[in-house]
Amino acid sequence: MEHTSPLERILRGIALTAVVVFFMFPILWIVLMSLQTNETILRSPPSMVFEPTLSNYQAIISGQLTGNTATLEIKFMGNLLNSIILSVGSVALALLLGVPAAYAFARHKFRGSEDIAFTLLSFRFAPPLLVLLPLTIIFQQIGLADTYIGLIWVYQLICLPLILWIVRGYFEDISPDVEHAYRIAGHSWFATFRHIALPLARPGIAAAGLLAFIFAWNNFIFALVLASADKQPVTVGALAFITASGIQYGQIAAAIVLSIAPTLALALYAQRYLVEGLSLGAVKG
Amino acid sequence: MTAATDPPGQRRKGVTISRKLLPYLLSMPALLVCIGILIPFFTAVWYSLQHYRLSQPWNRGMNWGENYLNFLTDADFWNTLQISLLYAGLTVVLELILGLGIALLLQKRTRMNNLISIMLLMPLMTAPALAALMFKLMTNSNFGILNYFAQVLGFENMRWASSPDTALLTVILVDIWVYTPFIMILLLAGLRSLPTQPFEAAALDGVPRIQQFWRITLPMLMPYVLTAALFRLLDSIQQFDIIYAMTQGGPGDNLMVFQVEAYLNFFQSTNVGRSAALLIILWAITFVLSNIFIKNWLRLRERTRPEG
Repeated sequence: MEHTSPLERILRGIALTAVVVFFMFPILWIVLMSLQTNETILRSPPSMVFEPTLSNYQAIISGQLTGNTATLEIKFMGNLLNSIILSVGSVALALLLGVPAAYAFARHKFRGSEDIAFTLLSFRFAPPLLVLLPLTIIFQQIGLADTYIGLIWVYQLICLPLILWIVRGYFEDISPDVEHAYRIAGHSWFATFRHIALPLARPGIAAAGLLAFIFAWNNFIFALVLASADKQPVTVGALAFITASGIQYGQIAAAIVLSIAPTLALALYAQRYLVEGLSLGAVKG
Repeated sequence: MTAATDPPGQRRKGVTISRKLLPYLLSMPALLVCIGILIPFFTAVWYSLQHYRLSQPWNRGMNWGENYLNFLTDADFWNTLQISLLYAGLTVVLELILGLGIALLLQKRTRMNNLISIMLLMPLMTAPALAALMFKLMTNSNFGILNYFAQVLGFENMRWASSPDTALLTVILVDIWVYTPFIMILLLAGLRSLPTQPFEAAALDGVPRIQQFWRITLPMLMPYVLTAALFRLLDSIQQFDIIYAMTQGGPGDNLMVFQVEAYLNFFQSTNVGRSAALLIILWAITFVLSNIFIKNWLRLRERTRPEG
């Protein structure tokens, strides 16, 4: 259909190669670095030839970092566990609260529903610190300071609007006629919701849940402000890591690889859902 | 659309009442959680009108607009405003240009192009704070690979984030790495949804492809470009993760954007009043931007709905 000259094809190829190198290289480099000892990392000029070792991962997972002078204990696995607890907990709560609300917004245009939906959406755009800084003081007064429950509640700030808006779009796309028919057949409202609406909206719920999980996992500022060391997820834990003395560079790299691997794996596994969710969340609503 | 699940010919009376309440009942829990989050917002407004330092609790009291008035003569505030706007402006413009370019390269649905667009999801799925740490390692003066490349290119003593000359450039580089794919995905979806007739007609008339881009592609893509730009602008003016993880606002006060400055004000100088006032100003900026954004977005949403 289109005529492309050989020159154009070559230029296109070069441009695409540059794009792939720019976006993939940092990840590749950090993975390579995590497989090296300090000696090979510090070689100059840097070289791709080295004997890969898993000792960095071993050290991170066991929590015993043997440095030049002393053994350092590090609780990176604790950070990883915190990330899992906070992300899974937040997404579960957001689905529990968000899916019924999304259904209500999609099916019933009740008084004030648009205003409420917008208010919820606008949370997405308010500066997070505006809420977080007063919360540090309030949480201390009501005893939620440094608890998983307090953190999971605050994480709703990112998870809930996402779920509401994506899932609402899906419910709106389902024709209400099927639900009518099912109800005329004598089924209760709840049965209709469970057996008709929920299964039909499942792709949307999956996309929204996946995105919410990734955003929760990647969040940094909530836990930086509200969590102390034993509740911190990987994003905050890794920062403390990089400034600690006595840690080897390869071990830092291994910790970063372990921290980004779950979201990258999820992204690759479910990329179709993800692209759909991203463009729905941002364009379609 | 109203009460779409109502079966016609409802029999029992009690059901009508509960059906009216149903939507409220369904959305109530979500709303309660959000109201819980609204309270701290009003607390922040309250704090911003006070003289309030955590280190001097005895000295706390209302000073009304003084925190805000002080900004007028406060060089640090103007520095914060300037650097935030500069950061947001530069990242959005650069990411738009790059994102549009890449989307155009990947427009045809070939297996290779789809594979590349999946690969580009990976930076976007990396936590920005961790991406900053990756680049911190890559620019390390002892072994950083980017340092080595800079040397090869003749920049002998490139100090990246620790030099006032290049700190902004370094954090912008990280921002571009993480967020360009986001703009690319939106614009690619936009490009692939454009109708083909105008292009076929233009090709028949022998319109050169550069002209096609400026006259047809870009105008038709404009709603998507605007949505993507505003969305990123809203995020970028509030950037915290990348800058805090990279330099904590340094060197000096070179990268003291709003949220970093407010964070340090609160936790280091314990000046709660000033910190809250800074955040309220940032909120006012994002409020204006987000209203423009939401209007734009809804228009686009209406347009894409029929094919949805």
